[in-house]
Amino acid sequence: MPEKKIRVLIAKPGLDGHDRGAKIIARALRDAGMEVIYTGLRQTPEMIASAAVQEDVDVIGLSILSGAHNTICPQLMNLLRKKGMQDVTVLVGGIIPEADIPAMKQSGIAEIFLPGTSTQDIVAFIHKRLAR
Amino acid sequence: MSDKVKGTTIATGDAPATAREPSRKERAWEENTLRPTLEKSPERQTEFTTISGYPIRRLYTPADLPGWDPHRDLGFPGEPPYTRGIHSTMHRGRLWTMRQFAGFGTAEDTNERFRYLLAQGQTGLSTAFDLPTLMGYDSDHPLSEGEVGKCGVAISSLADMEVLFDKIPLASVTTSMTINSPAAVIWAMYLAVAEKQGADWRKLSGTLQNDILKEYIAQKEYIYPPEPSMRLVIDTFEFAARNTPKFNPISISGYHIREAGSTAIQELAFTLRDGMEYVEYGIRRGLDVDQFVPQLSFFFNAHNDFFEEIAKYRAARRIWQKAMVERYRAKNPRTWALRFHTQTAGCSLTAQQPYNNVVRTAIQALAAVLGGTQSLHTNSLDEAWALPTEFAATIALRTQQIIAHETGVTNTVDPLGGSYFVEALTNEVERGAQDYIEKIDAMGGMVAAIERSYPQREIAEASYKYQVAVDKKEKIIVGVNDYVAREKPLDILQIDETVAHRQAERLAKLRADRSKAEVDRRLKALRKAAQGQDNLMPYLFDAVKAYATVGEVCDALREVFGTYEEVAIT
Repeated sequence: MPEKKIRVLIAKPGLDGHDRGAKIIARALRDAGMEVIYTGLRQTPEMIASAAVQEDVDVIGLSILSGAHNTICPQLMNLLRKKGMQDVTVLVGGIIPEADIPAMKQSGIAEIFLPGTSTQDIVAFIHKRLAR
Repeated sequence: MSDKVKGTTIATGDAPATAREPSRKERAWEENTLRPTLEKSPERQTEFTTISGYPIRRLYTPADLPGWDPHRDLGFPGEPPYTRGIHSTMHRGRLWTMRQFAGFGTAEDTNERFRYLLAQGQTGLSTAFDLPTLMGYDSDHPLSEGEVGKCGVAISSLADMEVLFDKIPLASVTTSMTINSPAAVIWAMYLAVAEKQGADWRKLSGTLQNDILKEYIAQKEYIYPPEPSMRLVIDTFEFAARNTPKFNPISISGYHIREAGSTAIQELAFTLRDGMEYVEYGIRRGLDVDQFVPQLSFFFNAHNDFFEEIAKYRAARRIWQKAMVERYRAKNPRTWALRFHTQTAGCSLTAQQPYNNVVRTAIQALAAVLGGTQSLHTNSLDEAWALPTEFAATIALRTQQIIAHETGVTNTVDPLGGSYFVEALTNEVERGAQDYIEKIDAMGGMVAAIERSYPQREIAEASYKYQVAVDKKEKIIVGVNDYVAREKPLDILQIDETVAHRQAERLAKLRADRSKAEVDRRLKALRKAAQGQDNLMPYLFDAVKAYATVGEVCDALREVFGTYEEVAIT
């Protein structure tokens, strides 16, 4: 029987439309054999949490470049907890000041990938994390 | 074995497009000098390519310019086809405008930065708006939460705009405004501020970005569907032709296309084809090509690949000149001459070892200057992390001043003209862009191509290809995939949530102080006009002068025009 594919939701929250990173990650994870659902632009935390439940994903990848991470991430983490999705691995990629990272990890975000991260590193992280 | 090595080594490194016929002397050089060298020490790579993946030959000689006619293809500066520049004296006559893009926090914060930059010798202003403003939402809209004043300045009404340009004489300072979907609304506010300052509209000089096509293609800050969006753009062209002859109502932008991951050729092709789309919509409106096109300006990226960028700017001018003459039968030399602003490539900045970005930016800026730019923004070293601090922004401005006054590159016009390599690359970039333009013509134009996701898909493909090359270390980025070193974080500019609170308070006060009945009356008139064919600029002007907010005005148009959702491709 084939192994169940890892299911990933790539989401672009907030008003920003710069989707180069989100699209590259979506494609790289797909090329690495994962099942990837890309939400498209301007997703609210509610829309992302609902999509995560509906699609029954293992991983949520958020792309945030606009500086709105301190608003968006806590809202999403609360919603996921309320929906019983606290086991889903949440990753954030984008422009995140290093000073903000400890609090984000404290809130349950598994990893923050900064600009310049290679796509292989992200693939490897997901495999390692889900193998636990 | 050595035969095989010799054969392949010589064959690769040749750009495929040109059928070269090297001279007898060149062939002798290959045989007598090159071949023994390659036998002893092969080159570092089997293929050399630009950052866009375009193959570059080992050596360029007259054989790379078959049929090239310096009088026809190069000409003289200030004359068609403008390969050497649009002015006869170029930067000897007048330096480019040093126009640093700035905007953050509230209108007060940005006004202070504007006045600082002018005091440091900056010669023009350029305004960055925050995401809520760019998307047509007021600062107190629920979707604005967390975004107010972060990526630019928060402007919700004429009251904010009055503060933004306080003590800045709009009659004498040229101002660029980077806004697209709500461009006509923000421009109406700008004109209202100018009027209050007593400035003559006919003397106002500046630029509105207002390029909605590249939003659908690349940056994705769209509100309405393409057709009503294009109507708004043409409304500004028509209004500008009549009322503000020195103002550029659009800056047709390749910058964002490149940032989204396109190649240099794609940037050039999609931008120029966007330009032609605007020209065609203008003609359909009944505007005179030789009256409105001279007011259209362009905006290109300056990426890392030095010569590819220079070739791109030179080819841009040549393609535009030919298109204006051949496609649209333009008679006015000002219609033929492509004027452009340049910004160094934000996407080339690295978060790692950020001081290296000063060097990248300087080299990119040099390419823009050698390519004949009319104005230039140089990025700050900390912009992979945040909007720039005053310290970082000052170095970025100084970079331009050093190029202008210390390097000597401004002493002569188009110093690279006649270089076999630069001329051949200019030809090839032009040819590559023309192929794309023909494809888009065959699809029925740019709006049709966008609706089929054609440029979006081409860019996504190029951007992924580049990422793979970086991941495989086929392309080296210093400090990122090679020469890696850990260093301590920079001090960066942080925008806190007090900006959003201050904006919310100001909006509450504005809504209490203005005449609600008057605002409603003018918004109603706007909605009615939007349903018809009238130029909307006068209605927008009326609405903003009664202090209708950006959100209210954009909502009125949303009701009539609807909104746009793209088909997300990955």
